[in-house]
Amino acid sequence: MLDFDAGKYAVYVWPAFGLTALTFGWMIASTLLRARRWRREAERLEKNRA
Amino acid sequence: MIPVPAFLANPQRFMVFSRWAAPMFGVIAAALIAAGLWMTFSVPEDYQQHDTVRIMFIHVPAAWLAMFAYLCLGIASLLGLVFRHALADMAAKAAAPLGAAFTVLALATGSMWGKPMWGTWWVWDARLTSVLVLLLLYLGYLALRASIDDETKAGRAAAILALAGLINLPIIHYSVEWWNSLHQGSSTFEADQGDRLPAIYLTPLLIMGLGYMSAFGSLWLVGIRAEVWRRRARVLSLQQAGG
Repeated sequence: MLDFDAGKYAVYVWPAFGLTALTFGWMIASTLLRARRWRREAERLEKNRA
Repeated sequence: MIPVPAFLANPQRFMVFSRWAAPMFGVIAAALIAAGLWMTFSVPEDYQQHDTVRIMFIHVPAAWLAMFAYLCLGIASLLGLVFRHALADMAAKAAAPLGAAFTVLALATGSMWGKPMWGTWWVWDARLTSVLVLLLLYLGYLALRASIDDETKAGRAAAILALAGLINLPIIHYSVEWWNSLHQGSSTFEADQGDRLPAIYLTPLLIMGLGYMSAFGSLWLVGIRAEVWRRRARVLSLQQAGG
């Protein structure tokens, strides 16, 4: 049974989990977007060379 | 048989390896973190820390990864400096922002755990201060790399800073033993039997730790791939500009 009721400590528990989710979201998005950007740029330049 | 680091030192082989390894680690991370979160909200609250004990399952793995990422940064910097290997330099560069993010998480979630348990958001004790120094080392590394136009010089200068900063890792680890600290001592592998976490808390903690580790592995590999493509694009761009 999942217990999501943190009682009087909710004000500390949920911001900690929220910040963790946001940070993971930022790490995933920034890493994937940077990889996609440079892969496309490298592929575009390869095509131009060909 | 080619040793693993030598095998991966070739950028083409690395790209082939990381193409399947990065998503594989990503899937493993998602599964482990999902299972860890389910267990996080299934365990009973602690008799002293009450519901704040759930913060432990995101705070401790973040602190482990903050240190592990710096160790990876240090090793990659050493390989880059000694062997002048481009891929090692790319690995160091890709590890830094991830390590900095985990360090921010460790400090912030620790603060949110500290306020209800210690009665304060922050205290200048050895563990907290040495982790803050770790964050400053990451930020210094990133700033140094960004401030020098010549990429080779930037990589070397940043690598020297990263290597000097390695001394901070044992300081963080042993800070709770060397100095009086508000922060608790080890309660996992090195703890005495009486101080060790009970299995009901240790199991989800280890699962979350492995999940964080896999997430770092996946993102690190993608970050290195991005750097390989960026440098490839730069070379092609220069070639085409030169006619």
